[in-house]
Amino acid sequence: MKNHWMKAKWIGLLTVLMVFLSGCGKNHLSTLRPAGEVGREQFYLMILSIIIMLFVVVVVTILFAVAVTRNRRSKRGENFQPKDVATNHTLEVIWTSIPIVLLIILAVPTVYLVFKQADTSASVTDDGEVNPEETVINVRAYQYWWEFEYPSEGVVTAQDLVVPTDERVYFNLLGVDVKHSFWVPAAGGKMDTNIDGINSFYLIFDEDSAAETDRIFYGKCAELCGPSHALMDFKVTALAEEDYDQWLADMQAIEEPAEASSEDAQAGQEIFNNSCMGCHATTATGAGAMGPNLTNFADRELIAGYLEHNEENLQEWIRDPESLKPGNKMTGTYDLSDEEIELVSAYLMELSVEEGSGDVEALQESREASGDDESGEGSADEETQDDEDEEEGN
Amino acid sequence: MAQTSARKQGVGSVIWEYLTTVDHKKIAILYLIAGGFFFVLGGIEAMLIRIQLAVPNNDFLSAGLFNEMITMHGTTMIFLAAMPLLFAFMNATVPLQIGARDLAFPFLNSLGVWLFIFGGIFLNLSWFMGGAPDAGWTSYASLSIASPGHGIDFYALGLQISGAGTLITGINFATTIITMRAPGMTYMRMPLMTWTTLVASVLIVFAFPPLTIGIFLLIFDRMFGSNFFIVEAGGNTIIWEHLFWIFGHPEVYILILPAFGIFSEIFATFARKRLFGYSAMVFATVLIGFFGFMVWAHHMFTVGLGPTANAIFAVATMAIAVPTGIKIFNWIATIWGGSIEFTTPMLYALAFIPSFTMGGVTGIMQAAAPADYQYHDSYFIVAHFHYVIVGGVVFALLAGLHYYWPIMFNTMLNETLGKITFWFFFIGFHMTFLIQHFLGLWGMPRRVFTYLDGQGYNAANMISTIGAFLMAIAVIVLVVNIIITLVKNERVGMDPWGDGRTLEWSIPLPVPYYNFAQIPLVRGLDAYWVEKKEGNGKMMPSESLGDFHMPNNSILPVVMSLGLFIAAFGAMYFPDGKEWAIDAVSGLDTKPWALPVLMIGLAITFVSMGIRSWKDDLGYYVTKEEVERDLEELERGGK
Amino acid sequence: MANMEYNVPTERWPAHPETATQEGQNKFVGFWIFLAGETALFASLFATYLALKDSVPSDDHLLAADLFHLPLAFVMTMLLLTSSLTSVYAVYHMRNNNFQKMQLWLGITVLLGASFLALEIYEFVEYTGLGHTFRSSAFGSAFYFLIGTHGFHVIVGLIWATLLILRNAKRGLSVYTAAKVNTFALYWHFIDVVWVFIFTIVYLLGVL
Repeated sequence: MKNHWMKAKWIGLLTVLMVFLSGCGKNHLSTLRPAGEVGREQFYLMILSIIIMLFVVVVVTILFAVAVTRNRRSKRGENFQPKDVATNHTLEVIWTSIPIVLLIILAVPTVYLVFKQADTSASVTDDGEVNPEETVINVRAYQYWWEFEYPSEGVVTAQDLVVPTDERVYFNLLGVDVKHSFWVPAAGGKMDTNIDGINSFYLIFDEDSAAETDRIFYGKCAELCGPSHALMDFKVTALAEEDYDQWLADMQAIEEPAEASSEDAQAGQEIFNNSCMGCHATTATGAGAMGPNLTNFADRELIAGYLEHNEENLQEWIRDPESLKPGNKMTGTYDLSDEEIELVSAYLMELSVEEGSGDVEALQESREASGDDESGEGSADEETQDDEDEEEGN
Repeated sequence: MAQTSARKQGVGSVIWEYLTTVDHKKIAILYLIAGGFFFVLGGIEAMLIRIQLAVPNNDFLSAGLFNEMITMHGTTMIFLAAMPLLFAFMNATVPLQIGARDLAFPFLNSLGVWLFIFGGIFLNLSWFMGGAPDAGWTSYASLSIASPGHGIDFYALGLQISGAGTLITGINFATTIITMRAPGMTYMRMPLMTWTTLVASVLIVFAFPPLTIGIFLLIFDRMFGSNFFIVEAGGNTIIWEHLFWIFGHPEVYILILPAFGIFSEIFATFARKRLFGYSAMVFATVLIGFFGFMVWAHHMFTVGLGPTANAIFAVATMAIAVPTGIKIFNWIATIWGGSIEFTTPMLYALAFIPSFTMGGVTGIMQAAAPADYQYHDSYFIVAHFHYVIVGGVVFALLAGLHYYWPIMFNTMLNETLGKITFWFFFIGFHMTFLIQHFLGLWGMPRRVFTYLDGQGYNAANMISTIGAFLMAIAVIVLVVNIIITLVKNERVGMDPWGDGRTLEWSIPLPVPYYNFAQIPLVRGLDAYWVEKKEGNGKMMPSESLGDFHMPNNSILPVVMSLGLFIAAFGAMYFPDGKEWAIDAVSGLDTKPWALPVLMIGLAITFVSMGIRSWKDDLGYYVTKEEVERDLEELERGGK
Repeated sequence: MANMEYNVPTERWPAHPETATQEGQNKFVGFWIFLAGETALFASLFATYLALKDSVPSDDHLLAADLFHLPLAFVMTMLLLTSSLTSVYAVYHMRNNNFQKMQLWLGITVLLGASFLALEIYEFVEYTGLGHTFRSSAFGSAFYFLIGTHGFHVIVGLIWATLLILRNAKRGLSVYTAAKVNTFALYWHFIDVVWVFIFTIVYLLGVL
């Protein structure tokens, strides 16, 4: 009977804790609403540690409160002479050994998960090349934007990361100018984008969680990287596998920059080609460019990573990027009149990738083919090295 | 008598006295004034940060200015406020606690304080000379190399100068405690404050040199064209992170151990009960110091050191919880069965137990590396380290300020105002930082100058800011209290708290400049308490009354520090406009005077060192007659 | 602390004059603690050097194996080791209250140290001529910082010893100066030990 009662109490406590912790925060960006296996494992580890630690805090607080209330001088009297106690070996042993036991309980899953979550061996083949059968994305962090390259498919995009759901997505992270840190709180912990070498880890996005959040998760830069560190957000679009493949195929299908349709946009394209093309690509290729890839610009969620996606904000951004993202590298690299800015933004707002335009079957076949002979793609490291060289060349 | 004549001196000669003094009690006051000033400065910076973050999309501070503010807040609070204030209390009490007439190296003690002051001034001049450092107090190398202008140079050079002072002071205290203890003061009879000072000093000796090297790498890269952190030339920025945290983690214990020491004294005094488990406490202190060097990479779990390193450092970090837990339980056992008097210092000490425990347990939560991938660089971390640093160190500083004020100034701070300060500070502190744990868990990264509306951060940030204002009120009340107390200047007698246990309370107030007319004989732990219970309430002397030797004052420490201060300007402007310089400064106008200034500054310092080495400094003798006169006067005053 | 008498007559010259006074003891203990800090300093330097060893931007930079000459490093090692020995003689004569011989051996120590320094400068000049400079690569920066910090310690030691010899010349030997000489000797031994590590880690491992 008593046993049941104890159990019920524990379950009650657990439920209260879970509700309290997960009751707050937003679905698409809270670590307490994990959207995939990695985040969930980390969440359970948090809960385990919180339970142990709450136990410690409660014990300490009760002992402390009793000690303080029972031993007030006003209660004891001015002439009370406390008895000096040097020590008590039993007590010392108790409060040394109980914490050790508690820590072992915490240490075991910690060590297990450290090794489990660091296992990215499947993302490379035996000879060190990107495994085309897995989803591998090369992330390059710039002040203050993100480039995402899909090496197996040869697709490059920026700011809006697109991932498939219900499978491991491997990330190879590199910082280009200074160190940043890649963090999608809902999907799992962060990892730094060092400038000295590539870091790899994986995340998983559940189909169910994605459906709950309109398929959008927030990503953030978590390492101070300059004045606009706070604005270095990105969006993650989590698509079901077939939609994801379709998106990749659509991106691949853009071989030439899209021709502008309206008159304004055509004029804008002219200006763009003269003033912006040096840094911004409009086909989904060219990893390691100076500025974000704009191939599917019109389809994006946000302007500059954090502003609402409309033409007004876009013009504001082109007119004075420094006021919106202090310290960015775009300021002062071009000279456009207000009129020209309007034209360019009209053009950019047309840069959309038509859904279903690409050939998914070809994409899947080419994946299988390169999976067989494994000669199509260079290794992840080599490629990044090449990109770096290109960078210097620029 | 020196004290009376000092009182009659003019302002000029008082200033000269403090510039040249080698007396640990006066140096304690220098540390207190300078550290207190920087504490208020860092507090103002904190308030500006919280005002900026009170509402989303705020433009109270610009992005760049905000980064300067957080960098200077962190750097100032750690290096220029917390450590110097702890040094103030160490200087004020440790020589008295071990029965010594001064530190082992009084001259170096003075050099330490002046290096700190000049380093701190140099760092803060950045506000007026083109912008403060803006890469965070950790100043990670890729960003600190990219940061334009001279901000980071102020950081590097200022910390190098004040860090040298800290190292010297650490050596000084370690030596003093080893060699200068009075007869009978064995290691296992030393008050906990002395023990923690000893361990913290040893930590300084081993932790500051890696920082010195790290900062030199930064200085050379930024000012002299080397390539330690320039990846294109083969450099590696992770070296900075390692060196910084090999220093940075022990630094946390350098701060918290003396805080533990202050609290241990306060608990025993105001519970009228000897410290429970003294040997366990000493053992735990040493163990914490030792472990402190083996856990630095837990600040780097997300750097990609690999699973083996992460697992080892995770488990090692958890191990530190054990000795810390031992301490917490021993303090509770100390007040258990005691007779608690709720003085202001005791209120801080009592509040410290639950507050610090909360900071400690979140530390263990972060030791679980995979969970830390989520906490890292989020507001959870900000909440955690403020819980340990404010809930531990700042509480200890405020407690120590009230507790040791009579020893330092011969008066007592007002208890009512002290308690008002305490309650405002205590409530404000929890209000500011408790909610930040949740902000972190909800995905708010740290060091963001603003946040967007609609992410669920608004209410929590507003609560946090209101809490910060309560703390600000507390500090204002404290300052008023200090001013009132100094103006009233009501003298107190010996052992003003009435329950002093250790040697520093056995001395007449004001403390004679030679501390002890006769070096006392120590007969047990809590030496003064032993005499109160078993003797006649007076310390027994270990020597007959006679002449003794005291060190001379010297202006050289100020000159040496000034030399480095001047040299720092030369070094800073040296790379301007040079073709080999980093992008951050290569576009500036060349400064041909930079190299001569550097040379002149270094020459001033090295020539001063030469003079110090060349001249015999034999000190002077305090005669038996003078001491007897003082004792007689004291006797009369007592009647 | 009893009365301090610095000029102890010969017949009462203590066996350990350097620690005969409280100040002497403080200096002795304090300097050992300082050397502990110096150890941490050089440990950080060695770690930095090992992390950046042979780390150069392109293939046309010389690496450790191309640069280092063991014979030269060996001669330098011998010079410094010998100077450590001569400083022991100086301390020996200091303990025996033999002022002239102490001065002489200190002088020899300075000469040996100076010749070590001369060879080091020669080495640096040669490397610079080969394009291996402080600014040429991360390897260069790390190399010159490590060896240079040691060299800087040697320079400080030489100036220190020279000042000691000169100031002692006028004042003779007392327990006050004895502590100074002993402290210098400790420092000099430390520099020597560091060099042994440099020889092993930088030069020996560099050419292997």
